[in-house]
Amino acid sequence: MTLKQALPRVAPQSDETRQTSQKAPFLARLWRDAPLLVMVAPAAIVLLLFTYVPLLGSVIAWMDYVPFLGFTGSDWVGWDNFTALFSDPSFWTAVWNTVQITFLQLVLFFPVPILLAVLLNTVALPVAKKFVQSVIYLPHFLSWVIIVALFQQVLGGAGIVNRFLITHGLSPFDVMSNPDTFKLLLTTQAIWKDAGWGTIIFLAAIAAIDPGLYESATMDGAGAWGRFWHITLPGMRPIIVLMLILRLGDSLTVGFEQILLQRDAVGPGAAEVLDTFVYYNGVVDGNWGTATAAGLLKGVVSLFLVLAANKLAHRFGEEGVYKR
Amino acid sequence: MSLPGRPVWLGKPKPVAVALKALALVLISAVVIFPFLTVVSTSLATKQQIDENGGYVLWPTKISFEAYYQIFNGTQVARSIVISVGVTLVGTAFSLFCTVLAAYGLSRRGSLFQRGLLSFVLLTLLFGPGMIPVYLMVKQLGMLNTYWSLIIPGAVSAFNIVIVRGFIQGIPKELFDAARIDGAGEWRILWSIVLPLSRAVIAVVGLFLAVGYWNNYFGPLLYLNDTQMWPLQLVMRTFVLQNNVTSTAASIPGYVAPPTQSVQMALVAIATIPILCVYPFLTKHMSKGMLTGAIKG
Repeated sequence: MTLKQALPRVAPQSDETRQTSQKAPFLARLWRDAPLLVMVAPAAIVLLLFTYVPLLGSVIAWMDYVPFLGFTGSDWVGWDNFTALFSDPSFWTAVWNTVQITFLQLVLFFPVPILLAVLLNTVALPVAKKFVQSVIYLPHFLSWVIIVALFQQVLGGAGIVNRFLITHGLSPFDVMSNPDTFKLLLTTQAIWKDAGWGTIIFLAAIAAIDPGLYESATMDGAGAWGRFWHITLPGMRPIIVLMLILRLGDSLTVGFEQILLQRDAVGPGAAEVLDTFVYYNGVVDGNWGTATAAGLLKGVVSLFLVLAANKLAHRFGEEGVYKR
Repeated sequence: MSLPGRPVWLGKPKPVAVALKALALVLISAVVIFPFLTVVSTSLATKQQIDENGGYVLWPTKISFEAYYQIFNGTQVARSIVISVGVTLVGTAFSLFCTVLAAYGLSRRGSLFQRGLLSFVLLTLLFGPGMIPVYLMVKQLGMLNTYWSLIIPGAVSAFNIVIVRGFIQGIPKELFDAARIDGAGEWRILWSIVLPLSRAVIAVVGLFLAVGYWNNYFGPLLYLNDTQMWPLQLVMRTFVLQNNVTSTAASIPGYVAPPTQSVQMALVAIATIPILCVYPFLTKHMSKGMLTGAIKG
């Protein structure tokens, strides 16, 4: 929705300024619009330097990049970095972990904000609704360092839950450093942090549904469940599909800071994902070429995923992120 | 009695349903609030109580500010707080400067190069360069180990520009025309018309930016080698998550160090307080302002 409408329109020709400006000579337009161009300059320069130039810099995926020699002095090595990447088992571990985490979050995390929004929407007492909203939006604004610290305080080996279990003669379990349950822990943390925040867009979708529909459905004898199933859910469908597409496009991005903070506690076997693989391989170990190749692959596959998800949405008759 | 949010035609709600709903809401709220409560309580508790309870406190019987005292007397944490505040203020100011200027500069359809520049900005929404090329760029520009590395690379987001621009385009055109007839130039229009009218959206975007700068932990980890330069989030990681509390105030004679547990929790509390301070303003504007801005594009 945002992207489609944000992209420049092809034909806003009815605009008066546009017609006159088309006739004005270039120099006159330049003189008139020079202040506007100066205003755009700072942002454009930052984007140029830190988005577009680095994008070109991705060519080091085909180089044996040595920082000392720089871009011009380093050797071109063809597809060597990619071959090295594909024969590296730890790369495939990272891919597999990423896919697993994405799948878990899709199944366990994605429905939570939808259900929460439906629940909140049925709360008739405005004070109660406002209060719960304020509370559940809050964790979204906390840093991952704080969130992980909070989880350690409550669920860690010396945390509140385990103290409670020990004092009551039960055996403790340390979820914070258990590789087997690590992906579930990540998902739980993500839900705690962002499920509340995620309700905003679904609440907006519910608010846009015509209340008359509910009234006539009730007159026709629909109960709470019937109204939810036949009115609320279909009314939310376009937004749900949109959010699903955005999530699918982001499949390969799974909480980089969150995982980086906890990777050492469970080891790379359970916690290495594509982003952490790029960080450790490149910045920490200095395999600049291979790490860039991994990052580039991730970017290309992500772009492909967005396009594919959109195609799927079109096939189901939804609008998706952009129109056909 | 009829509730204000409940239409009459729905009739009376079933007591069981109301009770279940209330229970669910209380549980959900408790799950969020409970960790905060233990953090604040533990940070304020005495060593004796923490030891008795085995590492945490739900409600301090006697309040002690020892942990906070130690934090503000210790050099590293106090310095990191100053650094975080500085980076957040300068970063937010720089980022807003770029964002608002670009948003107005791109707001008038048909101005010279407007479509090309807008596409240039919006294309960055579709793809981003990987971490390594950006890192090498920062290095190339000599920004490694400077605070600029935390401020400039992420300062401009196309998303923020789109939001502010959408808001500016909603300002009635007549205002601009009138100002132009009165002889105002673009800078004057920006200063006297656009800025006063779009204060709300600028405030919201600014608050989001500030939260981002304050919470940034990977940036300093990636770009700053010198631990002396570390901001609060990174110091907090070292002290709280890696259990590495250095007793900085221990050299004072006769001083009994507070328990590490309460110092750790005090740190978490301090890192959370600024967020809690801006939070009411965020909730006031965000859902409405952000959504309309984003959807209008």
